[in-house]
Amino acid sequence: MQKTLLKVALTAALGLTATASFGASHGGGTLGAVMEKGFIQCGVTAGVRGFSAPDSNNNWSGLEVDFCRALGAAIFDDADAVRYTPLTSTERFAALSSGEIDVLSRTTTWTMTRDTSLGINFVGVMFYDGQGFMVRKADGIGSALELGGASVCIEAGTTTELNAADYFSSNNIEVNTVVFENQDEVLKAYEDGRCDVYTTDSSALAAERLNLEDPSAHVILEQIISKEPLGPSVRQGDDSWFNLNRWVYFLLLNAEELGVTQANVDDMLASDNPAIKRILGVEGTYGDLIGVSNDWGYRIIKALGNYGEMYERHVGPSTDIGIARGVNALWTNGGIQYAPPVR
Amino acid sequence: MSKSSNSSVAYVRKTMVDKMPAPNMSKGIVGWMRTNLFSSIGNTILTLISAYVIYVALAGLFSFALGSAIFEGTGGADCRVEGSGACWPYIGDRFDFMIYGFYPESEYWRPDLTFAVGAILLFLLATPRIPGKMISGGLFLVVFPFAAYFLMAGGGFTGLEEVPTEKWGGLMLTLVVAVTGIVASFPIGVLLALGRRSEMPLVKSVCVVFIELWRGVPLITVLFMASVMLPLFLPEGTNFDKLIRALVGVTLFTAAYTAEVVRGGLQAIDKGQYEAADALGMNYFQATLLIILPQALKLVIPGIVNNSISLFKDTTLVSIVGLIDLLGAVKASTATGDWTAPSIPITGYFFAALIFWVFTFTMSRYSQYMEKRLDTGHKN
Repeated sequence: MQKTLLKVALTAALGLTATASFGASHGGGTLGAVMEKGFIQCGVTAGVRGFSAPDSNNNWSGLEVDFCRALGAAIFDDADAVRYTPLTSTERFAALSSGEIDVLSRTTTWTMTRDTSLGINFVGVMFYDGQGFMVRKADGIGSALELGGASVCIEAGTTTELNAADYFSSNNIEVNTVVFENQDEVLKAYEDGRCDVYTTDSSALAAERLNLEDPSAHVILEQIISKEPLGPSVRQGDDSWFNLNRWVYFLLLNAEELGVTQANVDDMLASDNPAIKRILGVEGTYGDLIGVSNDWGYRIIKALGNYGEMYERHVGPSTDIGIARGVNALWTNGGIQYAPPVR
Repeated sequence: MSKSSNSSVAYVRKTMVDKMPAPNMSKGIVGWMRTNLFSSIGNTILTLISAYVIYVALAGLFSFALGSAIFEGTGGADCRVEGSGACWPYIGDRFDFMIYGFYPESEYWRPDLTFAVGAILLFLLATPRIPGKMISGGLFLVVFPFAAYFLMAGGGFTGLEEVPTEKWGGLMLTLVVAVTGIVASFPIGVLLALGRRSEMPLVKSVCVVFIELWRGVPLITVLFMASVMLPLFLPEGTNFDKLIRALVGVTLFTAAYTAEVVRGGLQAIDKGQYEAADALGMNYFQATLLIILPQALKLVIPGIVNNSISLFKDTTLVSIVGLIDLLGAVKASTATGDWTAPSIPITGYFFAALIFWVFTFTMSRYSQYMEKRLDTGHKN
């Protein structure tokens, strides 16, 4: 009774015009609810270049947006059947666990604490990020191990600061750290020559580099000193929705490994390779296993291409942000992106 | 007069001397400057220093916005010029996004129409000469908010394409939050103010608790509660629209401040006014509506406008709960396409500041106009 009263009071307090949607409490789990409402609610950033940001036609676009679009393609054969909720980093987990969003695809680092104590499950890793270093090309520094005596610009109170301290002390390198309150100040100080090195996550370094006077005069060193695997996550306790998300991610990787691209997917339908037949739904009923149509793989690749194409389109070397594949290459190309087979 | 002019004394003037023009040094611009800017050595030094400061600031601003600004280009590369100022093609290209956010382009007419109707109603309401205040007030305060919501959100019975509030953004969202906050908080604030001065203990204590609670927490906390904590309290699966959660938070927060401003006005009304109303046999509502509130509200116009301006600027805080308002849209647009150059974020912020200034300055001028118009000589 008291709970009902509380609910009534809260409802009244929020005004009757509020829309109520039903997420996890619905029969058929998240997938059932998603099917019923006809779209996926996807939590994204409020604008991070390459990952989720408005494009020139004012639509959401980016590597992590493409993951949600792939879900839309798999479930509805319509990559546009996705609605986006921009979230800040503080509210993202509450939004996911309260059912406000169905999947969180918002530059979120997969850590043990988050995976175990927040009631969420990470689906996979869309982008292996990590802390890197940017230096001036003119300084001729080729490795982070050559940074002895350099002054390093760091944002205060972040794990970045601790990671850098650990790295330099474990390698017996003496550096002067110059600490600033926020990212803009760090960039300004680096640009003005207050320090020789700018360190933060390498994807952020690549984006910040574009705001320098002459981006081509700066290089990002190869060394990555921390692990920041960024991936989508879903609510814990709905295994079929988790499976669907996870296999959509694996399909993107498998398609790249098998050479199936957006351009050749129609030709590939006639391929003799049983592995290709399976991912495109020519053979087997793998869609049934995750509750979607059997040609789900074809739909995704037709609409968006494979993982490699997504990467190239949004963050790859041909884009402004221009991040080399590096560890994000497939395991067959020296990277660590690896997916179990569809069979 | 004529007698004296006939006087034969030679040294007495027969006509009045023509008025001499004031000395050049005390009239026109020169005179004004002498009295106002250079009246003493100290003032002269201050004037010169101020003039120099203004010159430096304006020259910098002028050079940034016009002098060294770049007006043509198709991408960030065109604005990557050594020492260049604002990058206006970026604003031109991303203008739609800054105004409408993710709202679909084919449906721009809906917010346009909404704000045009809102502006017309507000004009009818705000211009004293135009009669029918009850009708325009009713339309603006009661009918318009609902009509506006259905027109912009669509879906359901309206037959329009549904545009969920996640797609609202930019200046449009800023105006939605600000107008809702200002309009909806006013009646609540007046009621709270009256309630706080009530002699009924229950009413009084409820109002005091409400006001002190909402005034005691920062707006950021309110918005965080609304967006992060509230979904966790609600039964799983029940979600309220994020925008509505923020609107309720902003409205209640502003209402508490408005209440205190209005209470200031109520306290300034002379006790004699209350007694006179009583003596005329008016009941509480008549006395309040006809005698007390009209005088009290007039007194607190500056305070209310001050609140409104501060709320208008505080709407930028909604970006911390992931709503992409004007400032959020400007920020997000720097992550779009090939618009990258050192001058681009600065240009974006400059543009946002300009828009905010235009709105707040308009509000402030209007309040001064209303104050003058309603002035019945209570000011000292």
